[in-house]
Amino acid sequence: MSGPEVGSRHELERGAFPAFLASLERHGYSVVGPTVRDQAIVYGEIHRVEDLPIGWTDRPGAGSYRIERRADAALFGYNVGPHSWKRYLYPAHERLWTAERDASSFTVRPEPTDGPALALLGVRACELAAIQVQDRVFLGGAPDPGYRARRQRLLRIAVQCGQAAATCFCVSMGTGPGVAPAAADLALTELIRPERHYFLVEVGTPEGARVLEGVPLRPAAVETERAAEALVAATASSMGRTMDTSGIRDLLVLQPEHPRWEVVARRCLSCTNCTLACPTCFCSTTEEVPTLSGERVERWRRWDSCFTLGFTELHSGSARRSTASRYRQWLTHKLATWHDQFGSSGCVGCGRCITWCPVGIDLTEEVAAIRATGPPATPEAPR
Amino acid sequence: MPRSPRPKLAVWKFASCDGCQLSVLDLEDDLLALAGAVEIANFREASSAVVDGPYDLSLVEGSVTTEEDARRIREVRAESRILVTIGACATSGGIQALRNFADVKEFARVVYARPEYVRTLATSTAIREHVPVDLELRGCPVNKAQLLEVVSAYLGDRSPNLPTESVCASCKRRGTVCVMVARGTPCLGPVTQSGCGALCPAYDRGCYGCFGPAETPNLPSMVRRLDELGVDAAARVRLFRTFNAGDPLFREAANASAPPAEAR
Repeated sequence: MSGPEVGSRHELERGAFPAFLASLERHGYSVVGPTVRDQAIVYGEIHRVEDLPIGWTDRPGAGSYRIERRADAALFGYNVGPHSWKRYLYPAHERLWTAERDASSFTVRPEPTDGPALALLGVRACELAAIQVQDRVFLGGAPDPGYRARRQRLLRIAVQCGQAAATCFCVSMGTGPGVAPAAADLALTELIRPERHYFLVEVGTPEGARVLEGVPLRPAAVETERAAEALVAATASSMGRTMDTSGIRDLLVLQPEHPRWEVVARRCLSCTNCTLACPTCFCSTTEEVPTLSGERVERWRRWDSCFTLGFTELHSGSARRSTASRYRQWLTHKLATWHDQFGSSGCVGCGRCITWCPVGIDLTEEVAAIRATGPPATPEAPR
Repeated sequence: MPRSPRPKLAVWKFASCDGCQLSVLDLEDDLLALAGAVEIANFREASSAVVDGPYDLSLVEGSVTTEEDARRIREVRAESRILVTIGACATSGGIQALRNFADVKEFARVVYARPEYVRTLATSTAIREHVPVDLELRGCPVNKAQLLEVVSAYLGDRSPNLPTESVCASCKRRGTVCVMVARGTPCLGPVTQSGCGALCPAYDRGCYGCFGPAETPNLPSMVRRLDELGVDAAARVRLFRTFNAGDPLFREAANASAPPAEAR
């Protein structure tokens, strides 16, 4: 039995969603998706449709986040939560290798890269863009073996955004809210009518088609496609925030002494939350963990942040001792020098850094403040 | 390279609850490895068999609260090649540093039937205020893995890996939902040093600050945020005056009048 064609569009009834989940498992995937835990919509294992945040939504703000009940029973009626998908491709802690002494020398064993094939269910457009950003980081140049292995067995099931949060600005960053054809293995649009709760399913890749084998589908009606387009268009027009990105690279690179860096540093806790909540921040540190006998040592990698002193520890101490210099480094890298390094912005407009900053520092506000008072960007900006 | 075949380890107790020393005994399987790697020469909590000093590595628990202890810590220092203080009592005076803000004679009158038998100092102070300290290991209690890391680093003649970043970094790595952002729960995590593995937020509680201030804590901003969350001055004193009440930065945060709202 073969699945539908790549590029084809179908309707999936809400009642058939359990069959869809079962098909993912039957095709060898462990499903990870949104679930309600600790008063938030986080990502976790999904075994049954009841594991999804049925009838819940979220209200992310600057330094605040609350979940609340919806009037309907939407499965994906929320924005983005505290977690990002990066922990499934780039774990917060990862053993890289183990070395053991033998009689005359030592042996290094790299960490095996096998593991379960994950299906990420409910990936938003901004999150797909974030995975693409991290692909350029981890797969460009010298590919990271663990990331590559996990990425190769990954299935991305996107869900179009039916709403935008107060902290959303994907339209400004050009990453959403619509999921481009073929940007994901499958793209779902959730449609809720008084008489009918169903999904438009767009097939983006052959693997996306394969996992639909045996799932009850019906060809998409023109009205369904139009309703889905209208939903995404409405979301696009209701972004809670905007960021003017014109000339942003030079705007920031030319402003190392702007007084705004000191202003934001008076609020910034240098607590690392923004960077670790960010779906694209990729910095890590490594540490060797030896046994007391010294016969065996493990090298571990863990998420690090440019907001720590140790991040720039050199022979003479930390190179970025002031919080102003650390915030400037983060924002300038994220929005400006990322373009030089990876050919895109490091920001996808998801708003997590705004929400999960304990004091609600808002990068869109910081950029606007710098733009309001800084000199105009010039083409002669130093590279 | 390891130093002498089996370096001599001593564990000392000053004013404390013994919880940090118990963390040594609580190393379980690693305790056997520890006993193999070092000679446990003086550890009264574990054994009454004591080998005379000098000692290669001394772990000091507790704060200085008596004249006798102030004298004894100088002796311990004199016979210790490396002296590491372990736990909030030893590194900032502990919960008993609450006496630093009160009349200790009054306390003694209330608590003891015969207060004249009690000879105590008016303050509880960190070990480093009395003798030079080679390394401070924070926490109430200390973290077992960090304790082992200190000994391991000593044996390997390397710097121990003891991050001084905030508790938030640990919360984010383990995927804990921020209790301050998602619930409005006052939490000292953003200004507290990691090391506990972000235990309390994982159980829906705000951080109590057991590990003392993080590397570059922005306490004025933290105080402002607590104020916005409804933590009034009296509640803020209780929040900052726990196990690290004697820490100068936490003391200042407890006493600060709420700073005015920052201009954006």
